[in-house]
Amino acid sequence: MERPGYYGGFGGAFIPEILVATLEQLRVAFEQIKNDPSFWKAFQSLMSTYSCRPTPLTYSENLTRHFNGPHFYIKREDLNHTGAHKLNNVIGQGLVVQRMGKSRVIAETGAGQHGVATATMAAKFGFECMIYMGEVDVARQRPNVFWMEQLGATVVTVRDGARTLKDAINEALRDWATNMDTTHYVLGTVCGPHPYPEMVAYFQSIIGSEAREQMLGQVGRLPSRVYACVGGGSNALGIFQGFLGDSEVELVGVEAGGKGLKSGKHASRLASADGSVGVAQGYKTYFLQNDDGQMLETHSVAAGLDYIGVSPILAAYHEQGSIRFEAATNEEVLEATRLTMRKEGIIPALESAHALACVFREAPQMSADDVILINLSGRGDKDIFTIADALGDESWKRFITTKAEAYSA
Amino acid sequence: MLEDYIRQRLKERGILLMAHVVVGYPDLEASFELVKAIVVAGVDLMELQIPFSEPIADGPVILKANQSALAAGLRVDDCFKFAHRVTQSFDIAFLFMTYYNIVFKRGEDRFFAEAKAAEIRGTIVPDIPPEEGESYLAAAAAHGIAPIFILSPTTTPDRLAYLAGFGRGFFYCVARKGITGAKTTFSSELDEFLGRCRKVTQLPLALGFGVSRKEDVDFLNGKVEIAVVGSQALRVLNSSGVEAAGSFFRGLR
Ligand SMILES: Cc1ncc(COP(=O)(O)O)c(C=O)c1O
Repeated sequence: MERPGYYGGFGGAFIPEILVATLEQLRVAFEQIKNDPSFWKAFQSLMSTYSCRPTPLTYSENLTRHFNGPHFYIKREDLNHTGAHKLNNVIGQGLVVQRMGKSRVIAETGAGQHGVATATMAAKFGFECMIYMGEVDVARQRPNVFWMEQLGATVVTVRDGARTLKDAINEALRDWATNMDTTHYVLGTVCGPHPYPEMVAYFQSIIGSEAREQMLGQVGRLPSRVYACVGGGSNALGIFQGFLGDSEVELVGVEAGGKGLKSGKHASRLASADGSVGVAQGYKTYFLQNDDGQMLETHSVAAGLDYIGVSPILAAYHEQGSIRFEAATNEEVLEATRLTMRKEGIIPALESAHALACVFREAPQMSADDVILINLSGRGDKDIFTIADALGDESWKRFITTKAEAYSA
Repeated sequence: MLEDYIRQRLKERGILLMAHVVVGYPDLEASFELVKAIVVAGVDLMELQIPFSEPIADGPVILKANQSALAAGLRVDDCFKFAHRVTQSFDIAFLFMTYYNIVFKRGEDRFFAEAKAAEIRGTIVPDIPPEEGESYLAAAAAHGIAPIFILSPTTTPDRLAYLAGFGRGFFYCVARKGITGAKTTFSSELDEFLGRCRKVTQLPLALGFGVSRKEDVDFLNGKVEIAVVGSQALRVLNSSGVEAAGSFFRGLR
């Protein structure tokens, strides 16, 4: 049997000695809640009264018609409080923090969704909160920075390295190595040292168990395929866990193809040939790195997918062949965003639109009887600047210019 | 053997000094000059840090030096060549300090074989606890290089005893929580921590994190065998250059 925290040779806990005792404390606390039947009930109850769980399963009639079948169903994590699946994990960890008796939480964020979720949880539970965010992401996800600050969090701009998600994680780890007595690190995805991948996957499994029940109840069958975008992998593992035992269901994870897999400017660790096994940020997995083991700069229009590593759990499923990994380019993603807005009246986050883009590419080859389930991990309001730029929206530009003039007057 | 070297040196002085240099910072030639100035100033051991893009145990000063060296195109090959050059030129003990991915990507056996060929005597890799380090430890042992482990104030007594079983050369004790580069207030709590370390090992103890003045070294004299000076020397280098860094070490005795 593999050691705890290992998945097909991936995972582990490659951490400085100073953090060993703290991760052990977290492991024990997580073990306790997992074995406490009242915990999941309390979690579910909070998620159904503070947030909108279960999130709906929407039949997307217009997209179905547009592609002449297959049938499209969308799991609406965009309707979760704070606008993404991130809150599931954050509320779960918040309850663990209460049990551990800590008073301060820190987190990394890329898209800002995990940061907003953490700031929200901190406000509700009465914790002090500090969010680390790369300078590149601060600039492209500015609305979320505003909300984090309004929610009472301190947002620290990280100017080291590539100034994106990985650098925010490094900074959060450094803070934690100093302040672990009072502080819990709310890691936002199924990466990092044990027990994070297992713990985050556990909280996010709420998506998959709801979705499975909804498919059977609402549609009367399991989907032929399930699609989800993959940054670190938490929304994907969240929904996939509902279907991993069903051999007739194909699971498809969609990574950031950026400017194309041949361009070198992407964040596809599994779908491209550029990823290789390494150890960084506390765990072993596929990373985008050079021959020396130095991490490469990644690229994606979606800040939340713009990351060097991927969940060790997904890396294991990738090697087993039980999950298929694909990539969607920035261009395909913007097109998919536009189509989904116009056809369904849903504004997807750019991250989530990667799953849609891959579905739109593959749907024409599928049969009209097939049923597709898509995890819409978040809503796109946060991407208003990026999308407006990409679409070259003239009236938006005029508005911003006027606004800027008013501020500088 | 590294331990013998340390014991030998201790016959001549009460406490040894271990310096830390980021290879390739500010550039390869300047870091060679820096090594020279520091050796001449009388240090006994030196960590040569092979830069890594994600140095999670390092604070801003060393982090920026890592990034700057990598941005200038430094490769791991260059670091091995550099190590060879300094061990041929200077007669003190040199160790590699880096992160596990650098060892892993090169191949553990190759890494240690090449380190041995470069006459490196030990490795300090903060993100490889022994639980994850079976093959790392085997490769180090096969090539007769001491894998140095870190003992921290948060390490439980049981775990100190566990780590002690993997010790070679010396143990690197960190004076406080946190990362490199921050201030440390040396206090009696330290005695208690060092007492816990002594209980589990006969090996020499080095103490690092925040050692920055002669007073700190004097305070540690008689408490540990080695004082480790890292970020402060780099600050001196950044503000006043190579010669000043040499004088800084001379002033620590
Ligand atoms: C809406 C949304 N989807 C997906 C992701 C990617 O994370 P993960 O792969 O952990 O779901 C993010 C991350 O910021 C996000 O904000």
